[in-house]
Parts: sequence; C-alpha cells; structure tokens
Amino acid sequence: MRVEHEMHIRRRGRNFGLLAVLLAFIVIVFGLTVVKIQTGGFAEAFDHVSRPALVPVEAGQ
Amino acid sequence: MADIALHSPLAGAATGPVAHDLPEAGPRDYWQLLKPRLMSLSVFTALIGLLVAPGDLHPFLAATSILWIAVGAGASGALNMWYDSDIDRVMKRTRSRPIPSGRVAPGEALALGLFLSGISVVMLGLTANWLAAFWLAFTIFFYAVIYSMWLKRTTSWNTVIGGLAGAFPPMIGWAAATGTTPLEAWLLVGLIFLWTPPHFWALALFVKLDYHDARIPMLTVTHGRAETRRQTWLYALALAAISLATAFSAIGGPLVLATVLVLNGMFLAYAWSVYRRSDADSEADGHGAEKRLFKWSLVYLFAHFAVFPVQILLGGW
Repeated sequence: MRVEHEMHIRRRGRNFGLLAVLLAFIVIVFGLTVVKIQTGGFAEAFDHVSRPALVPVEAGQ
Repeated sequence: MADIALHSPLAGAATGPVAHDLPEAGPRDYWQLLKPRLMSLSVFTALIGLLVAPGDLHPFLAATSILWIAVGAGASGALNMWYDSDIDRVMKRTRSRPIPSGRVAPGEALALGLFLSGISVVMLGLTANWLAAFWLAFTIFFYAVIYSMWLKRTTSWNTVIGGLAGAFPPMIGWAAATGTTPLEAWLLVGLIFLWTPPHFWALALFVKLDYHDARIPMLTVTHGRAETRRQTWLYALALAAISLATAFSAIGGPLVLATVLVLNGMFLAYAWSVYRRSDADSEADGHGAEKRLFKWSLVYLFAHFAVFPVQILLGGW
C-alpha cells in the first residue's frame, strides 16, 4: 500500500488552491481566445496562393 | 543612510520564529501577501475608469482586464511586503503578516510578486491593449521600487508620492477600454492622488502609529502634528479644485456637480476643523474631528467614483 507523504498532507490546502488557480487560468485563456476570434476583424492566413487583397489598387482601376 | 542598516528582507528566517514550529502557509497567507484591501480599491476605481470611458470592450475582456489589474496590484503588494518585512517585524500593526510571522519565506513572496507582475502585465496586454499593460507595469514599478524601496524610507512626503501608485488604476481601466489616456482619465488619477494624503493624515492624527520605531519618516513625526493639520487642509483645498474640474469635464454633469458640492463642502468643513484645533483640543474630545474627517474621506471616494457611471447613464452636460 502506498503511504502518503507527510508533506503532501501538510500542503494539501496549498496544492488545492494552486489547482483552482491553474484551472481558472485555463478557463480565462480559453475564453479570451474564443472572444478574440469572435470579435476580431478580417484575418487572412498565408496559404501559398496569390492574394489579390494584398495587391495595391492602381489608379484608374 | 539609516534605512540600509535596518533593511534586510532576506534575514527573516534568522530573526523570526523557527520554521518547523509554525503552521504550513496556506492559501490565506498568500492571499494576505497580495494586500486584498488595497486590491479592492484598485478594482473599484479601475472598474469605474473602464465603465465611464467611451469604449466598447467586450464584457468578458472588460472583466478579465479588471482581474489582471487586480493581480498587478496584488503583485506590487507582495513585492512591498517582501521589501518591508524588516519594518513589518518592528511595528505592532504588521507583525502578524505572513513574512514577519515566519509563515512565508521572504524569497517566496519575492518570487510570487515577480511572477504575478509579469503575468498580469502580459495578460492585460493580450486581453486589452499594450498601453494599459504599460501603465500597469509602470504602476507596479512605481509602488515597488520608487515608493517602497526608495522614497518611503527617505522622505516625509512618502504618503503623497505613494498615493500616486494607488491613483493609476482608473486610468489603466480607461486605457484598457479605449487604448487612450485623455484628460478625464488623468483627472481621475489626480482625484485619488490628492485624496490620499488628507485621508491618511487624518488617520495618523488619531491612531498611534509606530512608524517612528521603524524609522519611517512620517509627516507627523518629521514636521509635527500642527504642520500635518495644515497640510491636510491644503490638500483638501486642492482636492476640491480637481473634484470640481471632473464635474465640468466630459464625464461630469449636473448630478456629478451636485454630488461634488456636497462631498467637498463636508470634506472642507471637517478638514478646516482639524486644521483649526490643537492636539489638546483633539485629546479632549477623543479626536472627534479627525475621526469624522477620516470616515468622511471613505464615503467621499466611494460616492465620488460611483456617481460617474450613473451620470453617464443619465447623460452628461
């Protein structure tokens, strides 16, 4: 049978506190990502093909 | 410099209680390191700055921006507790704090403060914008380095200068919402900056603070109590002026003006009575005037900031 180390028992409160903080951080970063993508402007990634949107419009066109 | 001889944040284990005799530091001890009362003031004023600014930040981004400002304020609190652990050990009021009591090692507090400083600034930059992140970084630097490490122990104007660090949160909130820091944001900074000295000096005049034992040059000690009374009145006058300026700014309006007149009328009356009396008068009535001014200063700041978003809802001038 595995015996729990005395230090783990002593630091249980602290470790659970840290767990709660880390979980909250994950939720915040995930939420931030979702909101930034939803509210972000037009995004165009490089996909190895020519992108006419990048070509400056010439006078008269 | 006498301060250098006194200061030794890393010597806590040598002079403090023996570590194994003390309970293990729990989440509450780390929470205390962040100075939650100062954090709540920063959250409140930053929230008002964010609400009254003419921005359209997504509610989730607004809430998390406030969170990172709070974390940044907590980080500066932890750095302050780390650096001030030597004087905290001397003063009765602060002797039971996590570091002087031996529950948290000074190095742990320093590491926590630095880690939270870094993460709060980076996350505020990613959440809102980098102008807000810059002002948060500057505020942490100002409180931890300029105030705690330098001016607090060298000049009696430490209360005035330290107040500036506590004054920045509404501007950070404004910057988070809009990416700008116009005059109105600076008026909010000025409001807290000028409110802090009379608020703190009123307290210092009726509570026996043992800063003298810790060799902190407070105005009551270096310039005397009569001069502290005079400075309290002068700062109350300056506060009234900037308070009136907010009423006529873009975030002001009739309701703000009415509120400002009442708040400052009472504040000036209380500050005047503090100025006009001697220590003997003060002792005779149990520091009644000083206590009234201190209590009113708490109402003053809360009501002054709370009225701005109400005025925005009602429409300004």
